[in-house]
Amino acid sequence: MRHFDYARAESAQQAVAAHGSERDSAFLAGGTTLLDLVKLDVMQPQKVVDINGVDLDTIERLDDGRLRIGAMVTNTALARDERVVDDYAVLSQALLAGASTQLRNKATTGGNVMQRVRCPYFRDGVSACNKREPGSGCAAIGGVNRSVHAVLGTSDNCIATHPSDMCVAMAAIGATVEVQGPEGRREIDFADFHLLPGDTPAREHALEAGELITHVTLDAPLEGSRSAYLKLRDRQSYQFALASSAVIVRMDGNTIREARVAMGGVGTKPWRAPEVEAALKGKTASETLFADAAKRAFENAVAYAQNGYKIPLGQQAIVRNLTDLTAA
Amino acid sequence: MSDTDTKDPIIGAGVPRIDGPDKLAGRANYAADNLPANMAYGYGVFSTIAKGKVTRLDVDEAKRMPGVIDIFHHGHFPSLYRTPSSFVQGNKVEETRLPFEDERVYYEGQFVALVVADSFENARAAARHVKVEYAGESAVANLAQGLEDNGTQAGGGHSRGDAAATFDAADTTIDVTYHTPVETHNPMEMHASVAYWDAQGDLTIHDASQGVVVERNALSKIFAIAPERITVHAPYIGSGFGSKLWTWPHAVATAAVSRELGRPVQLVVPRQQMFTTTGHRPETRQRMRLATDGNGKLVSLRHEAINTTSFTDQYVETCGSVTKSLYSCPDLTVSHATTQVNRGTPTSMRAPGAAPGLFALESAIDEMALAAGVDPVQFRLDNYAERDESQDLDFSSNHIIEATQQAAERFGWHDRTPEIGSMREGREVVGYGMAACNWEALKRPCDARVSLRADGTVFASCATQDIGTGTYTIVAQAVSDVTGVPLDRITVKLGDSSYPDGPISGGSWATATTLPAIAGAARNALDELKRYATGGNGIFAEASADDLSVADGGLRYDGKQASFAEVLDAARYGSADGEAHTEAADSKYSYRSFGAHFVEVRWDPGISHLRVSRVVSAIDVGKVINATTARNQVEGAVVMGIGMGLFEATEYDERNGRPVNNDYAEYVVPVHADQPEIDVILLDYPDLAFNEYGARGIGEIGVTGLAAAIGNAVHHATGKRIRELPITLDKLMDDVPQAQSA
Repeated sequence: MRHFDYARAESAQQAVAAHGSERDSAFLAGGTTLLDLVKLDVMQPQKVVDINGVDLDTIERLDDGRLRIGAMVTNTALARDERVVDDYAVLSQALLAGASTQLRNKATTGGNVMQRVRCPYFRDGVSACNKREPGSGCAAIGGVNRSVHAVLGTSDNCIATHPSDMCVAMAAIGATVEVQGPEGRREIDFADFHLLPGDTPAREHALEAGELITHVTLDAPLEGSRSAYLKLRDRQSYQFALASSAVIVRMDGNTIREARVAMGGVGTKPWRAPEVEAALKGKTASETLFADAAKRAFENAVAYAQNGYKIPLGQQAIVRNLTDLTAA
Repeated sequence: MSDTDTKDPIIGAGVPRIDGPDKLAGRANYAADNLPANMAYGYGVFSTIAKGKVTRLDVDEAKRMPGVIDIFHHGHFPSLYRTPSSFVQGNKVEETRLPFEDERVYYEGQFVALVVADSFENARAAARHVKVEYAGESAVANLAQGLEDNGTQAGGGHSRGDAAATFDAADTTIDVTYHTPVETHNPMEMHASVAYWDAQGDLTIHDASQGVVVERNALSKIFAIAPERITVHAPYIGSGFGSKLWTWPHAVATAAVSRELGRPVQLVVPRQQMFTTTGHRPETRQRMRLATDGNGKLVSLRHEAINTTSFTDQYVETCGSVTKSLYSCPDLTVSHATTQVNRGTPTSMRAPGAAPGLFALESAIDEMALAAGVDPVQFRLDNYAERDESQDLDFSSNHIIEATQQAAERFGWHDRTPEIGSMREGREVVGYGMAACNWEALKRPCDARVSLRADGTVFASCATQDIGTGTYTIVAQAVSDVTGVPLDRITVKLGDSSYPDGPISGGSWATATTLPAIAGAARNALDELKRYATGGNGIFAEASADDLSVADGGLRYDGKQASFAEVLDAARYGSADGEAHTEAADSKYSYRSFGAHFVEVRWDPGISHLRVSRVVSAIDVGKVINATTARNQVEGAVVMGIGMGLFEATEYDERNGRPVNNDYAEYVVPVHADQPEIDVILLDYPDLAFNEYGARGIGEIGVTGLAAAIGNAVHHATGKRIRELPITLDKLMDDVPQAQSA
């Protein structure tokens, strides 16, 4: 049996101290990614620091209108929170479109931000994978790459999509990730948190060794906005997005005053699409406009052997979502 | 059938499963739930190449790891014997190569070593430290490459008339080729074996098996000991869909290492290797050539099917098995052939042959009907065979016309406008499609035993299995039907090779095979009881056995009633026992089941979303024994057909033969949200020429034809004819960009 040290922390400081700066330490929250990958022998932590005893499971409205979400708030609790349902419908919908009820009951906000890719070559423990074994190559390129592989933000070293739905909504909303580290606390802009694979696909996020996510704080809701998450996949439930869109719009009559658009299932990170937003801003809503705008998100897309369909599908996810949101 | 006068017949009633409470309460023991004292755990090491040789196996480090007892491989494994693998002899296995027989690798995911340790975790950890080196060879990745590199091996067929000549002379013809991918069974319960040997050298094995008797016989050959010295237990199966019909290498290996180590060993096959070493439905390519005359009458039909098989065994997917007899056609050819690829040996998967075969046939019939300008329902009604032209026999009972008409009526087929894409609702384009379904009715030899006991209970046993379909319950219904004893006083025992020989749970033949034997045994037990009642100390000593009647769970004579318990008590017997043997079906008729599926799909082109929104299926399977479990079988099969039509495909990496989507997240099957309203019509016409209950079996027919009905509906909605399953959204999209990169 593979042995590891286990520690249960009562506070974030304690957790960070117990974790240390070793690369093979891991925080345990809901465990829906970590335990899975440990059983598959893809992750081999020598030390596991359980943070389920850390008091990070509350959601609070800040004076400036932002919503501060504890890292241990479960996906279920977050999706059902009244403030989220009322002010951030896109986030509630994205959470409920992910995984299954059982998984959402365990999965946490911080854990979901840290979710690992679903690329089967990463998970099989034997194939070439630069995330699992830097320098070994990327078996997904030239292999089976239909469903969980990206067309945006890929490199010759990795083409895996970021799997989270929640993060796509957060990318659209705008957020700050608060972390506790050995050197104290700091904040990371959500847009900068997830990293493109580039030449270093093993480096997936902006956390330094030993840093713990304590909160994700959502930007204040865009006043007078409507939002929705649309997820497209083969089956109706329990599948990662082939393409998805998180859209927030503020309308003035039939004119789009402001739009925020992010995409899932198509990018190597939760994919904000500012070029789409710019194309929409100040324009009169119409399907032609939406189609033109959506196209811009994929100008630099790269199709692989089996996933070229994601380029039109991703555009459809944006167009339909915009159409429905602006029709009401 | 029964000589009791029941007002509310138990046969046909939708009684709930009698094993339901045990399953809900966790009292039902599945194979891996057995934990005999001193049990060790096995964990496999599996090949990572598709073809070649193991050149070096370094087990030193793994052997030193905690809890490791031994590590077996081709250089360290007992010498076993081969089974003739004969269906007729009842000792068939699908992969005939013995585990660890030599250093050869024939497929990715093949056992190359087996670690045994004191815990599952220790065995798994050590297995990951066994170092294997290979000399890889160029492997055959798929059907297309197999054909190119090696060609085919013949797999039988059927021919009548001159299909080629008629085709060439015909008014209207089609020549189309269909392709179906590998599907993996994916039962929820993992394949698992727990084996132990007693001091006399007798073997007990708990195995996730759909056939305890055949497994016993196969292991008897493999271990060269008498079958009586082997007991195979499989009282509960977390379904199998065919993957558990025949013994796979892990069960043989578990029994072998248990004997070597002198202690019980458990081996659970990991989900990933359930995609490699326990069978799959093979890939098929099917060329269909059909022709009609000027009246829309089918005049020529050719169905040429090729499927992939392994390099160790030939498995023939009999795609044309239904094609021979469903439609009337004088000039017809069916041929089956295989091509070898470096994958594990395929095996039967729910409706083998017919499931992929009817995708091709019933899609092609749709194409033919459209080419001939005839409504697809009318085309079928005009061309269904009245008798089995392949065997020159009458059907014992065939209500396919009524099934098709009833389902069409219930579905609302007459509302269909035939133009492509002409039916819309909001953003969705609605498509209607239909297909016939069909399955051979089979009945095998069977033994059974029934005991009427002094405590008033009845005990029935047969070495068949309940694989989740309701066999326990229908056996109890048959016993109750004959004896009049209520279900709560009937105990049914199945899934133990020491019981009277029963059939494998496959081919939809368990019902037709088992029930007549059970009923016969129950009648023989009643005869025995009547002899006790009329013997020396008998409760009706003055009567002769012929004067007694069976009523209300007892015997009646001259207005007097005595319960079975009273009869046995008076005669001082603990039980009255009966056994019976029933034979396989005769060949006086062609025995088949029939039906039709009608499917509505909805295609939303704006988001490339396809769903099955409604299914109506009318099924003619003879007498329905249990309305609840029968309907459940059809509904489940329809859901499986939706999976086959829209989602399921095992995707292999062509570079190394590894199934890539080898878990429940990536191998997509329907979830509840994908299941539409399913309306099942059970025609319920007893087929008394087939057996005394008139039941033909219902497990498989529902999956046949469903994928074709979906494909036909998709064509109606979109104008796209997808001839390669599954019908995923990307195949329906226009202008999909080609890869700039691999």
